[in-house]
Amino acid sequence: MQLAKVLGDVVATHKDASLTGLKLLVIQPLNADGSSFGRALVAVDSAGAGVGETVFFVRGKEASFPFHPTEPPVDAGIVGIVDQVHVPDPLPGNR
Amino acid sequence: MILARVVGTVVATRKDPRLVSNKLLVARPMDPHGRPEGNYLVAVDTVDAGVGETVLIVSGSSARMAAGMKDCPIDAAIVGIIDAIEVAGGD
Amino acid sequence: MQIARVVGTVVATQKHGSFVGAKLLLVQPVAPDDTPRGGTLLAVDGVGAGVHERVLIVIEGRAAGEAVGRKGAPVDAAIIGIIDSVDVEA
Repeated sequence: MQLAKVLGDVVATHKDASLTGLKLLVIQPLNADGSSFGRALVAVDSAGAGVGETVFFVRGKEASFPFHPTEPPVDAGIVGIVDQVHVPDPLPGNR
Repeated sequence: MILARVVGTVVATRKDPRLVSNKLLVARPMDPHGRPEGNYLVAVDTVDAGVGETVLIVSGSSARMAAGMKDCPIDAAIVGIIDAIEVAGGD
Repeated sequence: MQIARVVGTVVATQKHGSFVGAKLLLVQPVAPDDTPRGGTLLAVDGVGAGVHERVLIVIEGRAAGEAVGRKGAPVDAAIIGIIDSVDVEA
């Protein structure tokens, strides 16, 4: 999993039928020190997240598990909202 | 599957019980010409490989299909020791 | 699997039900010489690791679910060992 900031939401009318009713959010992955890294991506939300919140998300097929037994074609999913991050002393050189 | 060179060993006393008695090796993925690429990874050795050898690593969920690894929490296993690599066209 | 350094903890009240009771740690993948490699990841702790420890992480969904005894959980990384030593040729 990775930390991310929710940047916005995505509206798509025409989509895979099994995505109907699912909330899609644009997220930016974060490092432990809160800096951005990598590219922003779209993730399906199963934690009730909103724009501006810090969340954690799972990549891969596991992103579809919260919707079992349906298997929406998703590869990233928000599975928790972060209350607090405690990083005593992040390693230098994080990219 | 990927090619990699075994560069070291890992010792971990406290670990998932399903990993007890498995040998863990540090490997550096490489291209067919032997040039290292990508990040180091740790793989379970199922073929008695050693440091300095070029090996075949299966990663992802398929790693659990390696001998004796069913239901083990692993994502990379060494499943072969490479004798030779021939690449057409050279470089 | 990858070698990583535990750099922090994460508290999340609102999360998928399968995470309840699981410890989430922030880990930084590192090379054998401890230089950071890539971005920070979040992993479920299956062995009782703590901040600053060097650990072995698995980055694959089903393996991570197995590690924490939560089959079908939406997790993709788990800590499966605490590293005592890494011995790498020069």
